[in-house]
Amino acid sequence: MKNSILLAAEIRRHALIMNHNANASHIGGALSIADILAVLYERVLTLFPQEPTNPKRDRFLLSKGHACSALYAVLALKDFFEVELLDTYSKNGSKFTTHASHNIPGIELSTGSLGHALSVGCGIALASKRKQNYFRTFVLVSDGELDEGSNWEAILFAPHHKLDNLTLIVDYNKIQSLGNVDDVLSLEPLKSKFEAFNWEAVEIDGHDHEAIYNSLITSGRNAKPKVIIAHTIKGKGIDFMENQLLWHYKSPNEKELESAIAQLNKVHPIDQS
Amino acid sequence: MRTAFINQLIEEAKGNENIFLLVGDLGFSVVEPFAKLFPERYLNVGIAEQNMAGIAAGLAMEGYCVYIYSIGNFPTLRCMEQIRYDICYHNLNVKIVAVGGGYAYGALGPSHHATEDIGMLRTIPNMVVCSPSDPIEAKAITSISVNYNGPMYLRLGKAGEKIIHRSKNLRISIGDIIKYKEQDNSDTAILVTGSIADYAINYVNEKKLRWNIYTLPFIKPINKEQLKDIVTRHNELIVLEEHQKSCGVGSAVIEILNDLFNIGEIENYPKIRRIAIDDRFYSIAGDQSFLRELANLSLNKDNIF
Ligand SMILES: [Mg+2]
Repeated sequence: MKNSILLAAEIRRHALIMNHNANASHIGGALSIADILAVLYERVLTLFPQEPTNPKRDRFLLSKGHACSALYAVLALKDFFEVELLDTYSKNGSKFTTHASHNIPGIELSTGSLGHALSVGCGIALASKRKQNYFRTFVLVSDGELDEGSNWEAILFAPHHKLDNLTLIVDYNKIQSLGNVDDVLSLEPLKSKFEAFNWEAVEIDGHDHEAIYNSLITSGRNAKPKVIIAHTIKGKGIDFMENQLLWHYKSPNEKELESAIAQLNKVHPIDQS
Repeated sequence: MRTAFINQLIEEAKGNENIFLLVGDLGFSVVEPFAKLFPERYLNVGIAEQNMAGIAAGLAMEGYCVYIYSIGNFPTLRCMEQIRYDICYHNLNVKIVAVGGGYAYGALGPSHHATEDIGMLRTIPNMVVCSPSDPIEAKAITSISVNYNGPMYLRLGKAGEKIIHRSKNLRISIGDIIKYKEQDNSDTAILVTGSIADYAINYVNEKKLRWNIYTLPFIKPINKEQLKDIVTRHNELIVLEEHQKSCGVGSAVIEILNDLFNIGEIENYPKIRRIAIDDRFYSIAGDQSFLRELANLSLNKDNIF
């Protein structure tokens, strides 16, 4: 669908500008989830931007809170708050901290310490079942984050309690804080690990919007929670950032920002209206 | 105390369908009646306290008043960051219940000695820290906890603690200090918290000391007006607790008094003797009273004025 592709480009553009203005880190991991966020917010989640705590909303938890520039951008673009507020990202006195903050409309849970949100998501999904208040709960984790043992407590828990209303997305961009996931602490074989833990597991190209949509739109079958292992590229969309560990840390300077925006505009001319 | 807690929680849960109890695969012959009566609001999450604390946060976000229950250091120290960040930072309605405060599980060794919990939990913003001294206080605190919408820590004893209070229903609010024994012509006051209160009361009675006795069911907050009243009545204060001296209850009392003194709310305050564990582990077997003695948690002559 064209809309989610345009939305992804806008998320990327805002995230780049925010990270540049704030001289902030983590643009690489924000770019790797831009397509997933765009499909979620444009085509999958039941949202109430004017009433962000409406009990019927789907819950989305960004466990990799350091990629929040992309989440803030999509929330602004989906009218949870004014886009101009993104200019305050990381500024003194702003609510827009550089790890996701629940003080911002549309954000369920503050994150920043890794390995927290999946357990919280299990609690929310359990409450949904017990209260028979039907909505879906989505949690997005990074690959490196799966090093945290707390995640595996939750990965054991969710299928045991048949939390088929819970969907986990792994942003598998193969790079973590100090190197390649395969070198630091390999997750492989990841899909069969999840299957052995009784999850329904699918692997997709995390930048193919139709594949993202098709994997997200259905819950797990046979009372299983679902995990979507999304193969992504850190820094996706900007050629000099792709697959470069450096962009876990570096903020684009003036020249780099200009070049990055030019690359985005070339592929997806952005509606400036 | 654990029976007083669960019985009161059951009473409350009959009229409050938001109460949810999570256990970390502990609570044999304690939690079963709750599980039987309210299966839809009970879950044994397994031996996974970080997950339990996170699940509690999620349930609380959806409107439940959640109790997480386990032994000593497991629902507290083991998942400190989930408590700090998920529960307290989001100011969620989660109550952390630890059984076996202090040396209640003495012979089981230092893994089961809960002797740093108060210090760790009282530094976290939004957290209320409770430490009942007997089953009557445990019951009152449980009842208060249901009606308080925010994070709370309940540091319980284990089983078989003596009832010290005469009234079955204490009327207390958060922060209150309980006057166990107070007379006008007494120079020395002892402030005590936890099941070691029973020891202090017996000691004072046996030695026929003219001490006033106060129990502290709350370590955070502590009612400042009540504390001011106590310090203006006495020349000597003893604080007795089954916890490390560092960051414990005596420390909390001194912090408050220092600040009240500093801003001129009190003109002076008495000498304070803290009786607490002196910055060490005890790695030999022993029951609770043996370990208390070993750790010198005693009111013998060397420890008092
Ligand atoms: Mg990664």
